[in-house]
Amino acid sequence: MTAIPTDTVAAESVPEAQEPPARRRRLRQLSRGDKVVLAIMIAIPTLIQALLIWIPTVASVFLSFTKWNGLSITNLRFAGLDNYLYILKDYPPFWPAVLHNVIWLVFLAVIATPLGLLLAVLLDRPLRGTRLYQSFFFVPVMLSLALIGVIWQLFYSQDNGLLNNLLGTAGSSHAVDWFGDSRVNLWAALIAATWRHAGYIMILYLAGLKGVDPSLREAAALDGANGAQTFFRVVFPVMRPTNIIVVVITIIEALRAFDIVWIINGGTNGLELLSALVVRNLVGEGQVIGIGSSLAVVLLVISLVPIVFYLVRTFGKEARE
Amino acid sequence: MTTTSDALTTSAIVTGQDKREAARRHGPSRAGWAVYLFLILMALIWLLPLGWSLFTSLRPYADTAKYGYFSLGGTFNVQNYIDAWNQGGFSTYFLNSVIYVVPTVILTLFLASMMAYAVSRYSWTFSLTLLIMFTAGNLLPPQVLATPLFEAFRLLKLPYWVSDSGTLLNTYISVIAVNTAFQIGFCTFVLANFMKALPNELSEAAKVDGAGVWRHYWSIVLPLSRPALAALATLEVIFIYNDFFWPLLFIQSGNRLPVTTAINNLKGEWLTNYNLLAAGAMITVIPTLVIYLLLQRHFIAGLTLGASKG
Amino acid sequence: MPQSLSHVTLNRRQLFAGAGAGALALTLASCTGGSAPSSSGTGSLTFGSNASDPVPKKAYADFVAAFEKKSGDKVTVNTSDHNSFQEKINNYLQGSPDDAFTWFAGYRMRYFAKNDLLGDVSDVWKKVGGNYSDAMKTASTGDDGKQYFVPNYNYPWGYFYRKSVWQEKGYEVPTKWDDLVTLAKKMQADGIIPIQFADKDGWPAMGTFDYINMRLNGYQFHLDLCAHKESWDQDKVKKVFDTWNEVRPYQDPAALGLTWQDAAQKLGNKQAGMYLLGSFVMQQFTDPAVAADIGFFEFPEIAMEGQTALEAPIDGLCLSKKGADSQAAKDMLAFMGTGEGQLAYWKADPSNIMTAKDADTSSYSDFTKMLGQVIAKAGHISQFFDRDALPAMASNVMIPALQNFTKSGTIDLANMESQAKQLYSQQ
Repeated sequence: MTAIPTDTVAAESVPEAQEPPARRRRLRQLSRGDKVVLAIMIAIPTLIQALLIWIPTVASVFLSFTKWNGLSITNLRFAGLDNYLYILKDYPPFWPAVLHNVIWLVFLAVIATPLGLLLAVLLDRPLRGTRLYQSFFFVPVMLSLALIGVIWQLFYSQDNGLLNNLLGTAGSSHAVDWFGDSRVNLWAALIAATWRHAGYIMILYLAGLKGVDPSLREAAALDGANGAQTFFRVVFPVMRPTNIIVVVITIIEALRAFDIVWIINGGTNGLELLSALVVRNLVGEGQVIGIGSSLAVVLLVISLVPIVFYLVRTFGKEARE
Repeated sequence: MTTTSDALTTSAIVTGQDKREAARRHGPSRAGWAVYLFLILMALIWLLPLGWSLFTSLRPYADTAKYGYFSLGGTFNVQNYIDAWNQGGFSTYFLNSVIYVVPTVILTLFLASMMAYAVSRYSWTFSLTLLIMFTAGNLLPPQVLATPLFEAFRLLKLPYWVSDSGTLLNTYISVIAVNTAFQIGFCTFVLANFMKALPNELSEAAKVDGAGVWRHYWSIVLPLSRPALAALATLEVIFIYNDFFWPLLFIQSGNRLPVTTAINNLKGEWLTNYNLLAAGAMITVIPTLVIYLLLQRHFIAGLTLGASKG
Repeated sequence: MPQSLSHVTLNRRQLFAGAGAGALALTLASCTGGSAPSSSGTGSLTFGSNASDPVPKKAYADFVAAFEKKSGDKVTVNTSDHNSFQEKINNYLQGSPDDAFTWFAGYRMRYFAKNDLLGDVSDVWKKVGGNYSDAMKTASTGDDGKQYFVPNYNYPWGYFYRKSVWQEKGYEVPTKWDDLVTLAKKMQADGIIPIQFADKDGWPAMGTFDYINMRLNGYQFHLDLCAHKESWDQDKVKKVFDTWNEVRPYQDPAALGLTWQDAAQKLGNKQAGMYLLGSFVMQQFTDPAVAADIGFFEFPEIAMEGQTALEAPIDGLCLSKKGADSQAAKDMLAFMGTGEGQLAYWKADPSNIMTAKDADTSSYSDFTKMLGQVIAKAGHISQFFDRDALPAMASNVMIPALQNFTKSGTIDLANMESQAKQLYSQQ
């Protein structure tokens, strides 16, 4: 699950803090001993990050240009662009995986996220039991996607699942194998993912909506705008920081989707995803390091787009300060 | 007007009570029956999957074999839970989950708060660059790092008395280390934001007192960061508990898996016994539900931290 | 900071401090989950088994019990789901594998031996080598001339059918391919599924491929293709699939949703005419009346070498690298090399043929004796595609390709060749 720091500057609609922001001390002002302590406080986390995240990322890029069976290091040899040419031309699950990732993204963006927004908008009103509804929609967010896969497996089971029983097809030859049939299993998995994603988005928007100054809405109402107009013309634009977070989260969740397809069928037969292909080439009996790494680099490059977008938006202001 | 709106906004963030008052003053809310109907329908649909799992888990296998799963016949009891617990080895898996979660959360918050402190309270050349890189690290899909980390851990030879695989693979510390690294980025960012907003007077007072950097951090800034730490701790416990990928990759021995990854194996073992599988799934859900009921506010706060600066 | 959190009064710092000390202790104690290796020659060993189906599981339990009784050593058995065990073998061997584990002969064994993941059991072979035929010894030898495998049993692949059904409908055993196709047509007209087929797990379909390839192009060609000394993109291979398409319409249409266990049940229920599988299919027929009614015939000849080539995989035991240090593990493998050990297994799983020369075959049923003779008289023996070819080729390429072929009847051989080239070059 991604948690993105929601640096929503809802300060645009909330009054500025009364106190001046804490001024940061210069390093020069510190004693020698203090400098050492500070240096250690910085060095340890940075070292861990470097060793376990930054260097492996670079290593992935490096490995994508090699061939290696992953077993003895003397077997490692340089291979140029071979791996990339292979996955782009000959590797059968690659383009289906790209397609599925795109579908995943579009589905989340067009169905799951707006659903979350809708729920947030509806529950932001003073309805009876709004807390209760929020709790219901929120429960799946607390569950791991792997567990969600298991729970929905019971729901989708061909002969015994609730869905086929409700549709009246359970046990007959018309029963759809929701997770097994490659024509429908991607959509079945997406619905299970939406079950969770919508709740997450709902919470984010509920927080965002709380930060919207009611006076704006009152002003719009006075001007004669109805509910929908008020929302789309006034409220939504003001929630810009939240919107940015939601966009980034939706994209990143789509790229990260792995747990649920892996637990359903190992990311095969209609559920191929780039992340699952990387792992198939690493963990399965046929371990092919070079190919797996080139797939990982493709995933990395695609992920960098929303990541850079988010970083620029969040830190852009500070960098300029 | 400003004062009223201030008050409205502030308390709206807390309860929403005042908003309801405001709405009532403007007349009955147009949340008509259509909205209620929609919400009720959605809520019911939302509860179906979990409800079905719960329902299935309470029925003995013999009954569902006889009457079918979509029926009300037979008894309802918790025998499946008992069986699942015993057969599934859940006690081992939960213990493993604890072993993975507790050190990771503590290490993560400890290291992230140190870094956040250094970055937010002092200005130095690379502070922003490092902060950016920390945040970026958390946003990467973990599969990008999977291969190099797996190979690196495998090639790192350890004596057999330290690790029975002779390498860093199949050890608890491999998963703890990687999870910590992965979560430090996010926590650093959130805590840095939080610490930035702490008032200045405390630093000045500490400086006058002659307190060094460490005392300032440990005795002043950290306690003041309690709300953020609490929210992050709740969030991180859930994240790490739910983590499926790293144990899948690094742990080969079945009895060292945490509960969330173990459910994958159990799914294969109990393929036809849906009742047992449902009970197993419910057992896995219980800790999250407990945390949810007790600490929901913290979890939500963690997700939306930083929602308003100051 | 949002006001909503300011009311938190729990002293998190104290909580952390306390938890921190505890966690540190916990971490140190459990940081690796490792302790002294269980196999330091102290008379105990760990045994990883893929025998997850009830019949073989019991058989190995009996074998282990017999060994424990004889040697006084203690064996801890860790059973994994059959298919996952193979899929995870790379990770397993690189992680903390058990001392001994169930595995197969063939390239699938030599590959891991070559990459230094298996324990050398040549000294075990010095003890029990005389109890095996030369063919068995060759099958257990790695590329470096050392032995890495001790055979337990083998079993032939062929067509199984219910004799009573055939008698009733007047079917005759086909020895030629065209007769098989004609028979399938007849069976379909009679309303039963002519050729039972189950490929949900991906590997069973390889049996059909192997046989058609061997019968059309010869045993040597098949082995060369498995080793990628021959290209996939050639007419000889195309002909295999064209020939297969002659019977594909008569295969069970639900094949991709069935496991071999499901398919065996259907054969037992008289819903299917014949089923090409290994003799382990007998494990599914727990009703002795049904088991007695099962017949067997070899894969019919097509173009070359008559019916001399036989697919008869050998299953047995290997040691992990670490297990080679354990005398107890080696003793267990040596026990597997004796008729006594193999009989202990066989009694609970009589669907297979023992491989030890001094094994007591007096309780072999006539059916089993017949199967044993089939193996004994075979001119050439293959191990099955996923044991003769590169593991990556079998699991990453062949399985999806055959599943697709089963569904659609088409196969992209040019693409299979590019994939094969790529995979074999990655080694």
